[in-house]
Amino acid sequence: MKKVMLEARELTKYFDVPGGKLHAVDKVNFQIHEGETLGLVGESGCGKSTTGRLLLRLLEPTSGDVIFDGVNITKLSQREFRKYRTQMQIVFQDPYASLNPRMSVAEIIEEPLLINKIYNNAADRAKRVKELMDTVGLAPRLLNVYPHELDGGRRQRIGIARALALKPRFIVQDEPVSALDVSIQAQILNLMDDLQDEFQLTYMFISHDLSVVKHVSDRIIVMYLGVIVEMAESQELFERRLHPYTKALLSALPVPSVDIETEPIILKGEITSPINPKNACRFAGRCAYRQDLCDQQQPELRELHPGHWVACHFAENLVQTEDIVVGGSLSHPDSTVTKPSQVIEEEPVTEVEQAKSEESNISK
Amino acid sequence: MTKKPLLEIKNLHVHYITNEGTVQAINDLNLELYPGETLGLVGETGAGKTTTALAMMRLVPNPPGKIVSGEVLYKGKNLVEMKEADLRKIRGNQISMIFQDPMTSLNPIMTVGDQIREGIMLHQKVDKATATKRAMDMLEVVGIPMERYDEYPHQFSGGMKQRVVIAISLSCNPEILIADEPTTALDVTIQAQVLQLMENLKVEFDTSMLMITHDLGVVAKVCDHVAIMYAGTVIEHAQKHKLYRTPKHPYTIGLFESIPNVHETTERLKPIIGLMPDPTDLPTGCTFHPRCPHAMDICKVEFPEVTHLSDEHWVRCHLYPADKEVE
Repeated sequence: MKKVMLEARELTKYFDVPGGKLHAVDKVNFQIHEGETLGLVGESGCGKSTTGRLLLRLLEPTSGDVIFDGVNITKLSQREFRKYRTQMQIVFQDPYASLNPRMSVAEIIEEPLLINKIYNNAADRAKRVKELMDTVGLAPRLLNVYPHELDGGRRQRIGIARALALKPRFIVQDEPVSALDVSIQAQILNLMDDLQDEFQLTYMFISHDLSVVKHVSDRIIVMYLGVIVEMAESQELFERRLHPYTKALLSALPVPSVDIETEPIILKGEITSPINPKNACRFAGRCAYRQDLCDQQQPELRELHPGHWVACHFAENLVQTEDIVVGGSLSHPDSTVTKPSQVIEEEPVTEVEQAKSEESNISK
Repeated sequence: MTKKPLLEIKNLHVHYITNEGTVQAINDLNLELYPGETLGLVGETGAGKTTTALAMMRLVPNPPGKIVSGEVLYKGKNLVEMKEADLRKIRGNQISMIFQDPMTSLNPIMTVGDQIREGIMLHQKVDKATATKRAMDMLEVVGIPMERYDEYPHQFSGGMKQRVVIAISLSCNPEILIADEPTTALDVTIQAQVLQLMENLKVEFDTSMLMITHDLGVVAKVCDHVAIMYAGTVIEHAQKHKLYRTPKHPYTIGLFESIPNVHETTERLKPIIGLMPDPTDLPTGCTFHPRCPHAMDICKVEFPEVTHLSDEHWVRCHLYPADKEVE
């Protein structure tokens, strides 16, 4: 069941910018299993879209490998890669910018079939286009209209139909619903769920919206400034957040309910520059639990609990602090980590607090 | 109701006259903002949220926009009929605004300090030195060191720029602050900072606030009352807890069912069927009826009037019998 479909090994992308190299994605490692949805969440500039594009070789990695079905696709020539590319597709964020305004709906959906010479006659192609439109819920009368005549939800359906045209096995969803209103967003999310079941698709779902990612994903990766800071099963991640950044991110998420009181952790401090970062934890500048080690060494991603990976030097010690920040009201009835807030008086945290106050004394 | 609204919109209609036809942006909109409270104005793209805010300050671009009828009452005075010169004394001084995009609402060739000082000089009778001092104080209030007074907007991050905009909007100590999607362009962790700042300042400056947003999470966090907009009108208006616990309008209920909740596991979302109506060609009767699971015959012909369900909770929907005696 847990067959690995795709694997990123030490995948890295640096961009040359004035002043050095921008570490957009820095030695990330992860696997995507057949049939699952892997969520990739993080804030703007954390490298999530770059990661998605690297997997499909829409960007060439600076170093590292992408293994698809046991084949290292980063080493293939463009010609050899083509047969893999048909199996890996992408749905882009902005349905306004990702469709050619001078092509009709039918032409857009037909294009991948033409390029890859899937059918040798126009009638078969037209039949397949109609079939795809039906699959994604586009009415046949829209066949010859242009994208500007359609709303965002319908445009995104075109993008999805185009991605499905070559019967791919893996689709990168790069913020597919971010530009849509909530009522339309729900329609598209349901559609993608249906398609996944119908065609046994594997998804990588990239988004900044934690509630959407939680809804669609089996496993979730949290990225911060080009590195993976936490990776776990979806339910596990929400019940037992290990990394201080994940904690802050989740606490800051406004919840549409008046019965759940959340106390956002307000991050202070400056965001580390992704240009030529030094060997240190990239979140240290904003982290409330920072210690000297955090400034001296970048933490490795390690498996703290089965299937639950975190890149924080002090993750073990921080586990118990959960309830200070959420006041206990965020806890799930089935959660095993919900402990009375007295637990936080344990030693490790106190040490952290001490370190923090010493540090602030020094800075004064 | 015992409290008197500080600002009240009554039966407002705003149209944009374009070559493609008349866009009915605001249709018979009613809204009440109470002193010291935050009202959340919620709706999807094209619902008319921003036009409402612009109409409140009579800033609807004309042409093509036109306030066709209705009243905007601020302390009993109708802003729609006020003289331009009198209105200028209110704008930015008693009612001020935070725009959605901090990247474009600041002047790129003016230092942030001068931009704060500009409003103070315009509205308060103070000399330049006093105004500069006050602008520096405002920077500190929003958490920016006053040493950065002479820096330009491009030297600030998105969250910091929005702080500058907040400083400008609060510099004259306004009675009403209109915030149009103030945190939409920001990341969640930065959004949390800005929202907390706004909440603190609202109390400190004793300001009433109209918070325009599409995010029901943000509303739950900061608002006291909520108005839900659909196709240019407020379809439900309630005290926050009433609206979240007992939403009444089918559109409001649909909105809540469309959003995935991180604290619950839902297998499947329940989207609202169909699309937002075209504002140049609105459906007859209740504008929501083509998408409504409870649509009745009357919904197709008659625009629903306001029904008061309880104190601080009203709705425009034929499912609830209209109250004839009110108004």
